[in-house]
Amino acid sequence: MKSKRLEIEQVASFLHDGMTIMYGGFMGNGTSPRLMQAILDSGVKDLTMIGDDSAFLDATKGPEGVGLLVRNKRVKKLITGHIGLNKEAQRQMISGEMEIELSPIGTLAERIRAGGSGLGAVITPTGVGTLVGDVKMDVTINGKKFDQKQIININGRDFLLELPLVADLAVLEAVKADTFGNLVYFRSMRNHNPLMALAGKVVIAEAHEVVEVGSIDPDHVMTPGILVDHIIYPQ
Amino acid sequence: MTQEMSAKEFIARRIALELKDGDAVNLGIGLPTLVSSYLPANVQLMLHSENGFLGMGPAPKEFPPIGKPRLVNAGGNPTTILPNGSTFDISMSFALMRGGHLDAAVLGGMQVSEDGDLANWMVPGKNVPGMGGAMDLAVGAKQLIVAMEHTANGEKKILKKCTLPLTVKGRVATIVTEKALFRFHDGKLVLEEYAPGVSVEEIRAETEASFTVSDKLTEMVISQVGL
Repeated sequence: MKSKRLEIEQVASFLHDGMTIMYGGFMGNGTSPRLMQAILDSGVKDLTMIGDDSAFLDATKGPEGVGLLVRNKRVKKLITGHIGLNKEAQRQMISGEMEIELSPIGTLAERIRAGGSGLGAVITPTGVGTLVGDVKMDVTINGKKFDQKQIININGRDFLLELPLVADLAVLEAVKADTFGNLVYFRSMRNHNPLMALAGKVVIAEAHEVVEVGSIDPDHVMTPGILVDHIIYPQ
Repeated sequence: MTQEMSAKEFIARRIALELKDGDAVNLGIGLPTLVSSYLPANVQLMLHSENGFLGMGPAPKEFPPIGKPRLVNAGGNPTTILPNGSTFDISMSFALMRGGHLDAAVLGGMQVSEDGDLANWMVPGKNVPGMGGAMDLAVGAKQLIVAMEHTANGEKKILKKCTLPLTVKGRVATIVTEKALFRFHDGKLVLEEYAPGVSVEEIRAETEASFTVSDKLTEMVISQVGL
């Protein structure tokens, strides 16, 4: 079988201006630092980034995560749940330099899962009656066009209709991979990574350790290797 | 309330008595996190951390370095996990929240309305950090407890209608402040407890929302852990 090993210098060949990238991680925990650096080093710009939050601005407090790309002005649009601990992301949102679509994290995760699971939409009670429902969104339902996020009442209860998300590329961080791409995550570093493995057209995982196939018990695999196209081996 | 005790500590100590042994609970960032410090010895909670695990323990004595595999809480700070804990992805984590599998959520509040609406995630033009997990938690937890000071710089916070953007509509079950404890019964706000030395008249003067006074009105009792 063809090797999935990818050198970090080869990542650039998967990148282009204006593309959409999903990044795993929660407060940078589970965001591949080497893949963030490779995206920066490639010079690619006008990115739409999809991920939990914009992590830490102060590198002594925690990992910078996608903040590396935000700080270097590579991000045109960020679809995320939280930017509260990254003042630079807040500044760029307020100044209009970067577009930010804020989403409840549970809704964001389900939109990613739906995008990779072949589902047509997410129907959620989260955000009903809040600004989350008050969003411009082009959607055609049963041949009728709407320019506003739709409320669907089902058996007497209101839900928001949210659309699936997919990406040109998903970048993951795993604590262990086998050479086939089966992945294991460590503790809270799992977060969005397995969902994004479904939703990226190309999926690249940085692994802290790569082992031979058979070394990971099939019951312990958290992301099946068929979803992972390329593996960045440890340095 | 003793003179030395802050309003936040008093509120956290009251909420510590609201939670039952074995409850699965999510404590929001800030004041709600204090609650775990005042739990009676016979109350063990299964703490949920929205970034993907149950059974959150105390902070470790030494933090593993940034860049090494780490277990962190929803604020990104290193923490520990108890022997009966479990880890999972965000879809599962938020299914636990949205799906009504958590016995209680304790969230801070900027405003609560007499209809049980909560506003706690943004101040337009001033601070827009994002709602994070607050909306999913508020919409799904079996009991939504709001922990907040009764007023902010003299401004009332328990209102007829929230003026700030909402986090959730009609889901608040309990409000605990340093002056009072309210519960919603059949959608109506009821004053059930007052803090020592605080009169119902004072509570009325500092509360815009309409409320009734319970016929079982009592003085608040707080956790004495460590006092």
